[in-house]
Parts: sequence; C-alpha cells; structure tokens
Amino acid sequence: MSIPFTTQIIYLLASILLLVAFAMLSQRRILSLINLFAWQGLVLSVSTFVVAYSTAQHHLYYSAVLTLLLKVLVLPWLLHRLIRKLNVKWDVETLINIPTTMLVGIALVIFAFNLAAPISQLSESITRGLIGIALASVLLSLLMMITRRKAVPQVVGFLAMENGLFFAATSATHGMPLVVELGIALDVLVGTFIFGIFFFQLRETFDSLDITHMEKLKDDNS
Amino acid sequence: MDAIGILPLDMAVGAILLWMVLGLSGLVLQRLPHLITGIIFPLGALAALAVAGTGLWALGEPPGVAVLPLGLPDLPLHLRLDPLAAFFLILLGGASFGVSLFSAGYFRAMAGGTLGLLCLEYHLFLASMALVLLADDAYMFMVAWETMALSSYFLVTTDHHVPDIRKAGFLYLLIAHVGAVAILLSFGVMQGGHGIGAYTFAAMREAHLSPFWSSAAFLLAFFGFGAKAGMIPLHVWLPDAHPAAPSPVSALLSGVMLKTAIYGMVRVIYDLIGNVRWEWGVLVLAVGAATMLFGVLFALMQHDLKRLLAYHSIENIGIILLGLGMSMAFIGLGHPVAGALGLIAALYHTLNHAVFKGLLFLGAGSILHASGLRNLNDMGGLIRKMPKTAFYFLIGALAISALPPLNGFVSEWLMFQTALQAPTLTNDIVRSLLPLFAATLALAGALTGMCFVKVYGIAFLGRPREPHERPSTPGTGHDPSGMEQCGMAWLALGCFVLGLFPSYVMLMLNRVCVSLTGHGLSAGALTGSNWLWLVPTASERASYSPIVFMAVIVAVMLLTFLLVRRFYHGRVRFCDPWDCGFPAQTPRMQDTADAFGQPVRHVFGPIYRMHRELPGPDDPAPRFFLKIEDRHWYWLYLPTARLAEFASSKVALLQHGRIHLYLIYTFITLLVLLAFV
Repeated sequence: MSIPFTTQIIYLLASILLLVAFAMLSQRRILSLINLFAWQGLVLSVSTFVVAYSTAQHHLYYSAVLTLLLKVLVLPWLLHRLIRKLNVKWDVETLINIPTTMLVGIALVIFAFNLAAPISQLSESITRGLIGIALASVLLSLLMMITRRKAVPQVVGFLAMENGLFFAATSATHGMPLVVELGIALDVLVGTFIFGIFFFQLRETFDSLDITHMEKLKDDNS
Repeated sequence: MDAIGILPLDMAVGAILLWMVLGLSGLVLQRLPHLITGIIFPLGALAALAVAGTGLWALGEPPGVAVLPLGLPDLPLHLRLDPLAAFFLILLGGASFGVSLFSAGYFRAMAGGTLGLLCLEYHLFLASMALVLLADDAYMFMVAWETMALSSYFLVTTDHHVPDIRKAGFLYLLIAHVGAVAILLSFGVMQGGHGIGAYTFAAMREAHLSPFWSSAAFLLAFFGFGAKAGMIPLHVWLPDAHPAAPSPVSALLSGVMLKTAIYGMVRVIYDLIGNVRWEWGVLVLAVGAATMLFGVLFALMQHDLKRLLAYHSIENIGIILLGLGMSMAFIGLGHPVAGALGLIAALYHTLNHAVFKGLLFLGAGSILHASGLRNLNDMGGLIRKMPKTAFYFLIGALAISALPPLNGFVSEWLMFQTALQAPTLTNDIVRSLLPLFAATLALAGALTGMCFVKVYGIAFLGRPREPHERPSTPGTGHDPSGMEQCGMAWLALGCFVLGLFPSYVMLMLNRVCVSLTGHGLSAGALTGSNWLWLVPTASERASYSPIVFMAVIVAVMLLTFLLVRRFYHGRVRFCDPWDCGFPAQTPRMQDTADAFGQPVRHVFGPIYRMHRELPGPDDPAPRFFLKIEDRHWYWLYLPTARLAEFASSKVALLQHGRIHLYLIYTFITLLVLLAFV
C-alpha cells in the first residue's frame, strides 16, 4: 500500500514535532528554548497547511495562518521581550538532571503510542498514526513543566502543550471549527499576557523567578 | 367566600407576600424607626392573624393545590394546603400574632439600621416558615427550609458584635446544615431514582419503597428534622442560640420554628413514607424520652432565665416525640385508633408549647428589658414592680407545668391516655416499654413543675437580691408598654382557650389525623366529646372537663376568700416574718436558683459534668463557683471535631505550596486516567 505524498510529509513533520519536543526537554538555555518553541509552531503551521491542502478544507488554511502569526511570531516575540526586561537569558535549572528526564520522556512516548494504538484503529482519516505523536508531545510538555524550576520555561511548556493538542486536533480530526480555534488562540494570547504580569509580580515579591519561593505563600499552621 | 372564588391557599399566599413586602419596606424605612415599630409590626401581626384564620378555614376544606410559575426550568414550585399544613398554619399565625404585637413595643428603643434589617429578617423568617408548611415538592421545601435557617441565623446574631453570640450563631448554622443535608438525602431516597419528575410530594406518596429503603428514608428524616427540633444528641445549638436572640425572636424560634421540624417529621413519616413500622416508633420513643429527661434536668440547673426556657424547649420536643413515637408504634402494630390518639396528643402538645413557650419567652424579654437582668440569682421581688408581667408569666408557668385547667395538662393527659392503651398490644416489647416511658413523662412533668416553682419563686417572689441600684440600667423594673402587654395577653388567652375547650381542638386534630392516616378517633370519643367533656377513647373509660375543674377552683377560691373576709378578722397586717432568732437578715440570704436545684443535682449527679469550687469556712475571700456542662460535648462533639481536624491535617499534607508537586499530581492523574479509562 503506497502512502500519498502529502501524508508522508505530514508524517515527517510529525516526527520533527516530536524531535523538537525532545529538544525542548533537553534545552538548558531560555533563549534557545523560546526559539525551539517558535520552530515547533512553524512545523505545526506547515503541517496544518499540508493537511488543508490534502483534504481541501478551507478553514484549515485560516488555522495555519493564525498559527503562523500567533505561535511563530507574536508569542516568541512577547517572550523575548519579557526575558530581556527581566534579564534572565541564560540558566535553566532543572529539578531532575537532563539524561533522566530524557529517559522518562522516552518511556512516556512508548506509553502514548501504546495508548493511541486502539484509537488509531478506529480512525478513518489518512493520518491516523499521528494521535500517538500528538499525545506524546502533550505529555512531554507536561513533563517539562514539572522538571523546570523557573517560571518562564514553565510557561513555554504550557504553550507547547497547547501545540500538541492543536496538532492532535488538526491531524486526527481535520481540525476544530474555526470559532473554537479562534477562541483558543485568544485564550493562549491572554494567558501569556497574564503570565507576563505574574512574572513581574513574582520578581518584585521574591527578587527571583524561582517558583520554589512560592512555598512561603502556603498557610503555615504546623 | 367560595362565591368570589378565593381559596384558602390564595389567602395564605397573599399573607406570605404581605409579610415579604412588609419586610422589604422595613428595610426602606430604616430612617424612620418609629414607623417600623408603629406600623409594620402591627401589620405583620394582622397578616399572622390572617394566616391563622386561613388555617382554621382550610381545616374543613379539601386540600388545595397550586403550581407556581416560578423556579427552575421544568421544575415548577408546588404548593398544597391540606389539613396538616392548615393546623400548623394556625399554630404559626396564632403564635406569631402575639409575638409580632409584642415586638411592636419591644423593639421601640432599637437603632434604625439594625431595626430595618431585623424587620426584614423577621418577616422573611415568618414567610419562609409558612412556605415550608405549604411546600408540596422537595425543591420548594428545601428552598423554604434553607431560607428559614438563614433568616433565623441572622436573627440570632442580631447582636453580632458580641463574640459569644457569633459563636452560638455559627453552631446553630452548622447543625442546621448538617440536618438539612440529611433531609435532602431523605428526599433523595424517597424519590427512589424515578427521575426528575419524582421530586413532588405527590410522586413520593405514590412510590413504594422496600422496607430497607423506607427505613433509610425514615432515619435520615428523623436525624435531619431532629437536628432542627433540638433532640439529643443534636440539641447543643439550642441552649446557646435561643438566649442569644432578642426575646421575641427566641419566642418565635422556640415556639414556632422547632414546630416546623415536627411538621416535617409528621409529613415525611406519616404522609410521604406512609406505612409506618413499629420499630421506628420505639426509636422515636426512646429518643423522645431521653430528650425530655435531659432537657428538664438541665433546665433545673440553669440560672439564666432564657437558657432555662431553651432547655425546656428541648424537654417539650421530647414530649412531642414521645407522643409521635407512641402513635407510630400503635399504628405499626395495627392499632390505628390508638395511634390516632397519640398523634393528636403530640400535635396538641405542639400547639400548646407554641403558645405557652412563646408567652414565657415574651415574659423573660419583658424582665430583661425592664431590669436588664437575665441571671435568676440577681432577681427577686419582681412581682411588685411588674405585676402584669408576673401575672402573664404565672399563666405560662402553670401551663408548662401541666396544671389543669390550662392547656399543658390536656395534651399530657392525652399522652397518658394513649399510653394506657398499651394492654391492647400483642407485642410484648412495646407493651412493657410504654408504661416505662409514661412514667418518664410523669417524672419530667414533676421536675418541670419544680423548675417553674424555682423560676417564679426566685424571680417574682421574695425581695430583690441586688441591693444596690445599678446606674447602667435606668428605669429598673416597670411593666412593659401596651403593645407588649397585648402580645402576652393574646398568648395567655390562648393558654386558657386551648385548656378550657379541648374537645374542639381534639376534633379539629381528628380531621388532620384522618387525612393523614385514614383513621380517626373511636366512635365513643367522637360522640362523647362535647363542650363540657373531653373523652379520648370512650366515656366509660376516662373523661375530663376543664370547665368543671375551673368552676371548682374558682368556687373554692371565692369561698375561702369570703370565709376569711367575713368570718375571720378580714384585716391585712404587715409585720416582719419570723427570723428564726437571727435578726441580721439580708436579701442575699434568700434561697437562690442554684440552691434550689441542688437536691436534683445530687440525685442525678452522674448526668452532669460539674466544676465546683466550695470555699472553706475559714476562707478570707470566699468565692462560690459552680459550672454545669453538657456531657455530650465531651463524648460526641469534641471527638468529632478532633477527628475532622486530624483528617484535614492529613489532607493538608498534599498542599506543599510547590507548583511542581501540583503539576506532578495532575500529571499522574492524567496518566492513570489515560491508562485505565
């Protein structure tokens, strides 16, 4: 059985997406992390474009353009500005060392593929093998949020998780209605703004972006 | 009235609306407090009278039903006015008429802002109680029930700047909500998973529950309504909350609100569940007897007048439960006629308690208002300063002590008559238990009498125990104003009417009973009872005529008076009493409230938890100290609180304040859900 050319491209893009997710997991520097996030957005946008072309669904073009604008240009720019203002370019401290994180990540990918296998059998769409990849990238992003100590990488992790969900939506089910996508896009944008404000507050209060300081906020009654 | 197309239900709804409007206008008129006390409370009293009249009217009519176009989509509110609801409307209207009149005078000195809020909550409270009685679906019932709980909570915490009152209010709210949850669950059980349409009481009546589920529904309802009624061990809120509220509010709480819980029990057990089991009756009997004895024993130990009255409310709830329990046991064992008598006795006592306890709380309020005193140990000789209050209080005290010819006697006598039906039973357990409970009732009656001898003797007789005039309470000791006296006079009249014409009340209650259980009193009772004689079962077995009794009392009094006046010297002499050879006597040497209860304290010692400090004879600065505590706190409430605290401290371990941990929780939950679901 020969696979159509567009589908092959989508598979390629999906594997790049997973690769970028791993790269983000292993990245120590915030600037590179944001760049990787932008790359992920680009891959996502292209894959949406290809899906739109291959299935001839016009609203997916809008999705692709929207993703390009928002996730490749606006959000990375916002984050860049943010870290320049906060002056935290370099270090990303992790709670667990990076090789261990990678091993956990590989286990998660296997888990996600196992999980997605029965769902893929049900799907009639051309790109049914991609659900596992999408799920894996969601889980990897969540793992990144857990293992990072500083606030900015956590936000990047959160945004990357949204990327994974979006990928699942477009590749497996040919996208959500445009209204929903617009809503999600707006949510992400607003969320980023809120996180930005939150960072400033955090630094003003604790003189650091290390969220372990927030343990002090707990009601201490022991 | 039928000609112009007004039904009793319309009139009741109208009165409820009037109450709500009055409450809101009280809020608007905050700046003009004299209008609130001068117009709104008397109008509220008129509405109460209308409610009572509606109840009287509806007793003879077939049940009226209405569906209100309010509520959630597809869940309209149902109202129904049947004889049971009508009877409780009479109770609500009759008692609150007197209390509202009294309030019109009592709250005159209150500041405008507080008064406006109080007026709103007061009338909302009355309206919600009426709605509880009229509700015909679980949704409407719970909404009205919660409104009642909340508005009464705000009434209790009127003086919210006092920390103790806030604490009492919190405890009240807590137990009220625990009870409400149980009631809600009980409705859920009765609905029996028949879908959303089954929330009406009509559907619950139709539903047939298995014995297990009907018992579950009964237990939940008994627990839930019992929490509101103040049965042990859920009574602890009552002695704190009732004294904390302003006195007219205490009168309403004790006189009327506790009765809505009794209404709920009767409604759920007899009407909604239907087939009563005798085991339930025995449980209700046992709890009732324990509540009754506990209430009166603790009442004897109190020296705060309002707290004492609150404990007597617990006792009277116990008596009512005793009647209900007997009735349920008889009905469950196939003696519906004796069961009807028990139910009538219980409902009769419910009405009586509303009247005389309302009167007593109003009397306590008058004393508090006039002298600023709550502690019995400081009172004394009030009969000279407040003769009218003393008179009304005496009527209330006689009524609660169940002395003929007043109303308290009739209902307790009916209960004894019910208990005397025990030999007809074939079930040995119940047959041997009933006389025991009847004996407990007799004991409680005697102790109540003792307690009110104490209250009346210490507070009104003797000489003032507080020798120095207190400057903080100007105008110490005077009778209350006209409005307040009207309120008390109305309730005192109620004590007489309910006591002197019991046959009419009994026949009225018979209708309620027939509509609920399908059975009424025996034919002998129906034909034998007339305006003069009250016959509970058959005229050859027992009958009672309060009017003859009253006539004998009046005749003997007149005769004695005449004899003394005419044939003895007829002069009034004033002289010092015999001083036992010890001339230097002060008012402080009179018997005190604590001293009066001392023998009981000794006999029933193990029931109390006492802290005593008895100074020795050579103590230079003697200080007597006595504190009586409720054992329930120590074996039930504090362990429960500790358990809850322990459990929540364990749960609090989850809260580290570290985002990573929270994320890990999310992550693991996600993985587990993905893997297994």
